[in-house]
Amino acid sequence: MSQKQVFLLVVLIVVLLAGLNSVFTVSEWQRAAKFRLGEIIRTDYDPGLHFKMPLINNVMKFDGRILTLDAEPERYLTKEKKNLIVDAFVKWKIEDVRQYYTTMSGDISRANLRLSQIIKDGLRSEFGKRTIQEVVSGERKQIMNILSVNADKQARAFGISVIDVRLKRIDLAEDVSTSVYRRMEAERKRVANELRAEGEEIAAGIKAEADREVTVIKAEAFREAEQIRGEGDAVAANTYAKTFDKDREFYSFYRSLNAYKSTFKDESDVIVFEPDTDFFKYFNQPEAK
Amino acid sequence: MKKPVKMAWNEPGGSKDDDPWGGSKGGQQGPPDLDEVVRKIQAKFGGIFGGGKGKGTGGGGTSGPGKYGIGLIVLIIVAVWGLSGFYIIDEGTRGVVLQFGKYNTTTQPGFHWHIPYPVQNVEVVNIEQVRTVEIGYRSGGTDQQTTRSIPREALMLTQDENIVDVNFAIQYQVKDAKDYLFNVRDPDLTLGQVTESAIREIIGKSKMDFVLTEGRSEVVQRGEKLIQDILDLYNSGLQVISLNMQDAQPPEQVQAAFSDAVKAREDRQRSINEAEAYSNSVIPRARGARSRMLEEAKGYKQQVIEKAEGETSRFQQVLDEYEKAPEVTRERLYLDTIEEVMNKTSKVMLDVKQGGNILFLPLDRLLQGTNMSLPLGTGQQSDDRQSSGSGQSQQQSNQGSRNSGSSDQSLSDRARALLRSREIR
Repeated sequence: MSQKQVFLLVVLIVVLLAGLNSVFTVSEWQRAAKFRLGEIIRTDYDPGLHFKMPLINNVMKFDGRILTLDAEPERYLTKEKKNLIVDAFVKWKIEDVRQYYTTMSGDISRANLRLSQIIKDGLRSEFGKRTIQEVVSGERKQIMNILSVNADKQARAFGISVIDVRLKRIDLAEDVSTSVYRRMEAERKRVANELRAEGEEIAAGIKAEADREVTVIKAEAFREAEQIRGEGDAVAANTYAKTFDKDREFYSFYRSLNAYKSTFKDESDVIVFEPDTDFFKYFNQPEAK
Repeated sequence: MKKPVKMAWNEPGGSKDDDPWGGSKGGQQGPPDLDEVVRKIQAKFGGIFGGGKGKGTGGGGTSGPGKYGIGLIVLIIVAVWGLSGFYIIDEGTRGVVLQFGKYNTTTQPGFHWHIPYPVQNVEVVNIEQVRTVEIGYRSGGTDQQTTRSIPREALMLTQDENIVDVNFAIQYQVKDAKDYLFNVRDPDLTLGQVTESAIREIIGKSKMDFVLTEGRSEVVQRGEKLIQDILDLYNSGLQVISLNMQDAQPPEQVQAAFSDAVKAREDRQRSINEAEAYSNSVIPRARGARSRMLEEAKGYKQQVIEKAEGETSRFQQVLDEYEKAPEVTRERLYLDTIEEVMNKTSKVMLDVKQGGNILFLPLDRLLQGTNMSLPLGTGQQSDDRQSSGSGQSQQQSNQGSRNSGSSDQSLSDRARALLRSREIR
């Protein structure tokens, strides 16, 4: 191999290295900034292959996807001075690479720190205006909206756009939790007592109604029974009257005899009489009168 | 980039080991075998230079490859480079092809070729694998049966400022491989955060009783929708398949009170049931009594009617006969009756006209005697007392008393004896 060949090879390698150094790729999820001797000259790169001047230009790439700030849970005071432990996260994105680089020097953790300060301030002021009830249920969405709008406004200064701020946990502080548990217990006790009492109330009602029904049934039964008996008595009386009316005198005689028979029927009945009754008319004088 | 702990099962490429392109996830580094190829090439070049200078290392320089040899090597390099562009996309996954980092195309399962590194590279995303995130608990790592509760996640505030203990599991899939790769950093971690936030928002808007009882399906439905909305807002390329509420219960601290309330509900029902049982036993009995009374009354009615008919019929018949011979019948009826009466009863005959003496008739004693002896049932005792009291009549009555079987008998005998003694006097 001659000297010339070696020289050619060296040139080839230099050219190759220069070529490699003069292109760069920007991925679909990346943002890039081109510097010329420390000065940002271009940031609006689409994904793909791009060129730069070796040694003079250099390129920095940033994550262009939605990034997350998961803020540490912290205590916030509500309007009624109760402590809430709140856990929130922020979804943000690099919007303006130039701004982002100059203010945050492209450091994600620095951006997160700054953002978390903004969010904490926002949370503190929003929670201070509201009661627990409002924070937990009523105005949760509003708070999240207000926070993300405000945070977005402030974060623009750092080339960041805040896409969403969401409250994750809203928990009561330990001492408040205990009192909530106590209240829940008392509430359940109330419900339990109410249920039991209600059961007894209904039971008493049912029993009373049953008793009433029994009374009514018995009364009705009495009425109906008496009616039937009366009918019987009436028919009997009618029968007696019709027949006995045929010969009143004989009825009275016949009935009297029967009555005597049934009245004097054992030895405890003592009859005292004089011998001159009709029955004894032959007792002392055998001849006919 | 700090990888989350969950990454082990979040890894989109299911077949990491057998996928030669698995290493391309980082985007900028080439596939490992390509590195190897490059190294080999470098080694070869080293050999060439050494051979060319004639003072190479070892014996390599003695047989320096000629023009033909260089051409062959270049050809092999090009061939290897070209072959490295082949790749296989497994069923259920998609390949996202990037050209110089720019999105080029998405490839379906099958055998494909791309322009090899550094022009194009492929990101493989598993889009059919169902991924799960658990909120409020974790299934045991090795043993799937045991679950571990995480109170920090599970305890939530409700609208009525109560605390509930809720466990959720969310299942999701990659909907769009491109969005999944390019839009959100850590999409799977994001999903966990979004789920927790959305569930708490919905629970926070619901009353405790609602969450614990009838509201479960509604909470789940609204949760699914809210989570999906947020994921779509981020363009995360994720699709929620289902949100499951595994468990919703009051917190441990108040469970006793809650179960007592449940018991109270049972007690309430029990009271009602008991009352109904009472009602059910009393009313039919009353109805029974009623029908008994009615039947009795009907019986009575029948009875009096029958009796009336019987009596009147008897009377009628007697009357018929009486009308045929009134005198005799009347006499006979009279005598029959008096005879019967006389036979049965004790009698005292007084012939007042015969003697004007003052008559001592101890009627009350007689009556008293019978009254006393009857209920006592020991006729002999009272008899003795009676006889001792009646003084002089004792002797005459002795005879009667002795052969009397019952007290009634003896009494009537005594009365007769008494009467007789008076008359003799």
